[in-house]
Amino acid sequence: MKKPEESATTGADLLVKALIDEDVEVVFGYPGGAVLPIYDSLFKQNKLRHILVRHEQAAVHAAEGYARSTGKVGVVLVTSGPGATNAVTGLTDALMDSIPLVCLTGQVPTHMIGNDAFQEADTTGITRPCTKHNYLVKDVAVLPRTVHEAFYVARSGRPGPVVIDLPKDVLMNKHAYAAPKMPVQHKSYRPQTTPDQKQLEQAFEMIAKAKKPIFYTGGGVINSGPKASKLLTQLVHMTGYPITNTLMGLGSFPASDKQFLGMLGMHGTYEANLAMYNCDVMINIGARFDDRITGKIAEFSPNSKKIHIDIDRSSLNKSVRVDLPIVGDAGEALEGLIKLWKAKQPKVDQKALKAWWAEIDTWRGRDCLAYTQGKEIIKPQYALERLYHHIKNRDHYITTEVGQHQMWAAQFLKFEQPNRWMTSGGLGTMGYGLPAALGVQIAHPEALVIDVAGEASIMMNIQELSTAAQYRLPVKIFILNNQYMGMVRQWQELLHGGRYSESYSEALPDFVKLADAFGATGLRCHEPSKLDDVIKEMIAIKGPVIVDVAVDKAENCFPMIPSGAAHNDMLLGPEDRAARQVSEEGMVLV
Amino acid sequence: MSPIETVSSHTIAVLVDNEPGILARVVGLFSGRGYNIESLTVAQTDVKENLSRITIVTTGTPMVVEQIKAQLDRLVPVHKVHDLTMEGPHIERELALVKVKGTGEKRAEALRLADIFRAKVIDTKTDSFVFEVTGTSDKVQTFVELMSSLGLVDVGRTGTVAMTRGGAAF
Repeated sequence: MKKPEESATTGADLLVKALIDEDVEVVFGYPGGAVLPIYDSLFKQNKLRHILVRHEQAAVHAAEGYARSTGKVGVVLVTSGPGATNAVTGLTDALMDSIPLVCLTGQVPTHMIGNDAFQEADTTGITRPCTKHNYLVKDVAVLPRTVHEAFYVARSGRPGPVVIDLPKDVLMNKHAYAAPKMPVQHKSYRPQTTPDQKQLEQAFEMIAKAKKPIFYTGGGVINSGPKASKLLTQLVHMTGYPITNTLMGLGSFPASDKQFLGMLGMHGTYEANLAMYNCDVMINIGARFDDRITGKIAEFSPNSKKIHIDIDRSSLNKSVRVDLPIVGDAGEALEGLIKLWKAKQPKVDQKALKAWWAEIDTWRGRDCLAYTQGKEIIKPQYALERLYHHIKNRDHYITTEVGQHQMWAAQFLKFEQPNRWMTSGGLGTMGYGLPAALGVQIAHPEALVIDVAGEASIMMNIQELSTAAQYRLPVKIFILNNQYMGMVRQWQELLHGGRYSESYSEALPDFVKLADAFGATGLRCHEPSKLDDVIKEMIAIKGPVIVDVAVDKAENCFPMIPSGAAHNDMLLGPEDRAARQVSEEGMVLV
Repeated sequence: MSPIETVSSHTIAVLVDNEPGILARVVGLFSGRGYNIESLTVAQTDVKENLSRITIVTTGTPMVVEQIKAQLDRLVPVHKVHDLTMEGPHIERELALVKVKGTGEKRAEALRLADIFRAKVIDTKTDSFVFEVTGTSDKVQTFVELMSSLGLVDVGRTGTVAMTRGGAAF
């Protein structure tokens, strides 16, 4: 072995240098035995800020919130064994939602690997299916290069989480640091981002000739960067066609625009889902025909020609067969389509388009999100409408937990810009919203960051209030408290004969006192008439706030496409439900 | 059944970085997504570039096979994915070691059949043979079945390796 050179430093120092070279500013983490050398290196520098969370799952969600609101790679640092296993839910969440993360995990020294050592877990084995890629670094000499490669992999192509497992001896061994030539690339991994020009021309022809077109766009547009959202808006305006967004795509097209039909899918709007069902040309950009979107595959948009643009080839023809699959980055594809549109100045069939819009307007006329707000009990939809009214002119970011409140937030809050909406879409992770909000607030200290929560979900990572207190992060937790795991209760009502098995939120804490105990402010609201004042007060308070809004316990989230049903078979409200029976085939779906 | 639902067998060759865990990645992909592996063969094939070639025989509908290839292709250490079944004529071979125990007429018959199959005797005792047989999986299978009534005691098979015909490189 070569003797360490004069300039040699420990693996932990090399790691920190490599992170700084990647322009990392913040690391979300939790210390432990195996990563003590890294924490020592962090202590000795002041370029990297470390945010101490209270649970490793929260570290990953916080990094996700940071990544999604900035477009940068989020960084996580956890110890071996339980530190790594606690991070698994967050990693899976990031994989499902294509969020770029680098997660550094401690590991027992190389000579002890496989010996069932204290706090040992087979981290690369456990995280292999829940990461885009992972590494076990066995030699300090390759540590910096591995870090840079991990960042490249995390942010390239379809983004995702990358784990680097770091044995303690590797962190303590010495080696010289040579700043690599940036950007470091992987030797073979080169995801295709530029779409095929011939295919784009075909897509252009199909789009230009459509009579009943619809744009159906998703998180791929947001992941491509803010420019892609601008291009999308431009193209949609040029064509005059309607557009709907997936849950992940909200904000990529301004929600207040008259061409926007709202979100589609299981709890999407009537007009969006019927437009999907009845269209003749579907233009999917950066969405993946998720089962929450398609409903019954056999009856999904039966008469349309489908164009699908996705950066991940494995998303094409996975669940829905399309007529024109195009591999490429959403932004590059949009740019190409706009160029073609400008160059060729196509004559769109305006008469057909007008008739199509008239049809859509009749569906819009159903006013599918309507609800009746009485004087006594706050409807959750009303609470969110009032919330939006008070925040819309402020610089704001929204995160959510998972359940009814999440769907209502998607329906009733309007997203005008990308990177403002952080929600766990693919994995559906309860407990996501609060730590994600912390990550967003770290990235945007002056902004108003609100976690729209349910009283059940918030309990899953409630310990993070302590993190909020420590760093004085003024996040607002807006709980729609219906004393039930609302979505579970809704399904039990619709599918399981109203047997509310274990879905009642028994023994809830007093959220006002709880806030107080964590050094935050607690507010409570029972009456519709006081809601505005409470929201104003929440916004005015400088520190973290929990608002416990008592909402209607029986309210269900509509519209709803029951599982196993098609887009044209929606339940629009409580009166719809009695007439229908969910098929047995549908019952087995989730 | 329409062609869309027809299940067929495909031989897929995958060129990968020869690094720890790569086989687990590939196999985990198949088990995690519910795909079939009929046979799997792995060895380093390029020492200089440190690459391994994995040959997988799998079955599925055209849509599933397309998915399998796309999923394999997006694994970071995967360099190339080739569906030999789709890409024109190719040859497939498998090697088996077959141990047969017996004396008298059965032993003589085993030797005669081995000759017909061009199997080599690579170990012998007065009451046993180990044959080495190569060929397509079907041929190997037939040989093994014939030996089962002649004192077959043990079989080891490599699984299929495959290559395109002609001069074009992988």
